[in-house]
Amino acid sequence: MNLVTEPNLTQSDDFYASLLAVHQSLGPDESAALNARLILILANHIGDLKTLEQALELAAKS
Amino acid sequence: MPYDYRPFDYTPPPGLTGPEPRHKVVIVGAGPIGLAMALELANHGVASVLLDDNNVVSSGSRAICWSKRSLEIFARLGIADKALAKGVTWKVGRIFHRDQEVFNFDLLPEEGHQMPAFINLQQYYVEEFMVQAAQENPLIDLRFKNKLVGLCQSDHATIDIETPDGPYQIEADYVLACDGAGSAIRGVMGLDFDGELFEERFLIADIEMQADFPSERRFWFEPTFHPGQSALLHKQPDNIYRIDLQLGWDADPEIEKRPENVIPRIQRVVGHSDFRLDWVSVYTFQCRRLGRFVEGPVIFVGDSAHIVSPFGARGGNGGLQDVDNLGWKLAAVLSGKAGTELLQSYDRERVFACQENILNSARATKFMTPDDGAERIFRDAVLHLAATAPFARSWVNSGRLSRPCVYPCAGPDHPGLPRTSCPGSVAPDAPTDKGWLNAALAGQVTLLAIGQPAPKVPGLRTLTITPNDFVTSRYLGAAGQALYLVRPDQVIAARWIAAAPQAIADAVTAIWKGQT
Repeated sequence: MNLVTEPNLTQSDDFYASLLAVHQSLGPDESAALNARLILILANHIGDLKTLEQALELAAKS
Repeated sequence: MPYDYRPFDYTPPPGLTGPEPRHKVVIVGAGPIGLAMALELANHGVASVLLDDNNVVSSGSRAICWSKRSLEIFARLGIADKALAKGVTWKVGRIFHRDQEVFNFDLLPEEGHQMPAFINLQQYYVEEFMVQAAQENPLIDLRFKNKLVGLCQSDHATIDIETPDGPYQIEADYVLACDGAGSAIRGVMGLDFDGELFEERFLIADIEMQADFPSERRFWFEPTFHPGQSALLHKQPDNIYRIDLQLGWDADPEIEKRPENVIPRIQRVVGHSDFRLDWVSVYTFQCRRLGRFVEGPVIFVGDSAHIVSPFGARGGNGGLQDVDNLGWKLAAVLSGKAGTELLQSYDRERVFACQENILNSARATKFMTPDDGAERIFRDAVLHLAATAPFARSWVNSGRLSRPCVYPCAGPDHPGLPRTSCPGSVAPDAPTDKGWLNAALAGQVTLLAIGQPAPKVPGLRTLTITPNDFVTSRYLGAAGQALYLVRPDQVIAARWIAAAPQAIADAVTAIWKGQT
């Protein structure tokens, strides 16, 4: 499975708003911890090492 | 009751009064690896001289977790029954974060194996059983209080030895350095370890107490009895418990080892003071190895070749797998059945295994002792999620316990057969009409025929078995029959659904050339 980099989430504005909402009352450390948990949850959901490594590469070079 | 350390007898060696004939094999270090090496070589008919600078078994429990694979090796060495009778059998591990259980694992949930996943047994018992077996074996010349002080190598090795009665010299075709992490042979040869030192210290203590803990491995991240650090509890025979406590890098080992400092820490773990302190040590985490394990006539085996952080039981068990790999190869080279390229396959395969052990060990160490910043944030995220999300429980890394690695193997394979018995793997055990399968395959190259008569190949031992459910799931899959070619160390070298005698003979040749 190749990493999808073309638009894939039609309600992206909704997700973005939800993402900000869960962080809203958090300080920097709590936000970092939440993001870490979120990454682990999404990684498990994707469930494909190759795709995840492509995502890591894209994030690291962006 | 504390272990009764009885010194072994020292006998003046013949070399003190006149030159000894050159020996085939001299093994340096009579710890579990050196002793196992001598016993394994004797199984293959090879005599050895085994030197040790001391005359007593290991002080303190040291290596305590012996894996299923090690028990299968112990069976070949004749000490498995004693080890199983004395040891504490366990297979369940429980992991706690703060004071809540977040995860547990069962290492051997399937039936149909002769050996349990692990036993806990103090290293001094393993050595005691091995010394007894070695002393009863006419092929093993075990010399206590014989200390290696020098070594010269050419096409053979010359060793300088000191004894209570003075120095002498012996020569050997091969010297096996089984002299541990602080190897004197590595020192005299000027060889350095390469790798990683983790800035972390652990206190390790054996205590004797009457307690009702089940036979489980328990690991805590940040328990309230030892805030912010990690802790491990293991049960051993004789009411001895092993407790490991993370101390941090700033701890002073000499101060931490004092009973007045150790005892209060243990009291907080067990909740009372009704125990006796048996042994205490402080260690650092290291993952380091030699570049090569074979240097001319000198071969490094066990901790002299590689050291790993604990918590994966990969030190002692990894060393026994070195012995497993080297014994039949060295015997074949000495008898002329194989050329020295077979020893290069020891180097290649065990370096590969060592890299796997170091990788696992280094990852577990990072998880247990994360640096501040992203390492700690992700570690804590895993522990946090483990309480609610099932997937995260298997991400919790308190040590991935030793399993034999699958060697890279280019031998013939059939893609339809089960992955668990692919070439390069240790032959999975199963009960069969010929007894336990793993044990039945030991010692010689063997052609295992399942559900078909074995093709006749001159000089090749065959074992024909009838499929049952265990054999089918581990060796056949959807196939109705198969042929497996297995090395003397029970590693599968090739497999087919059906094969002509010539193809099998070619695969046997590849084994002796060290290709598979």
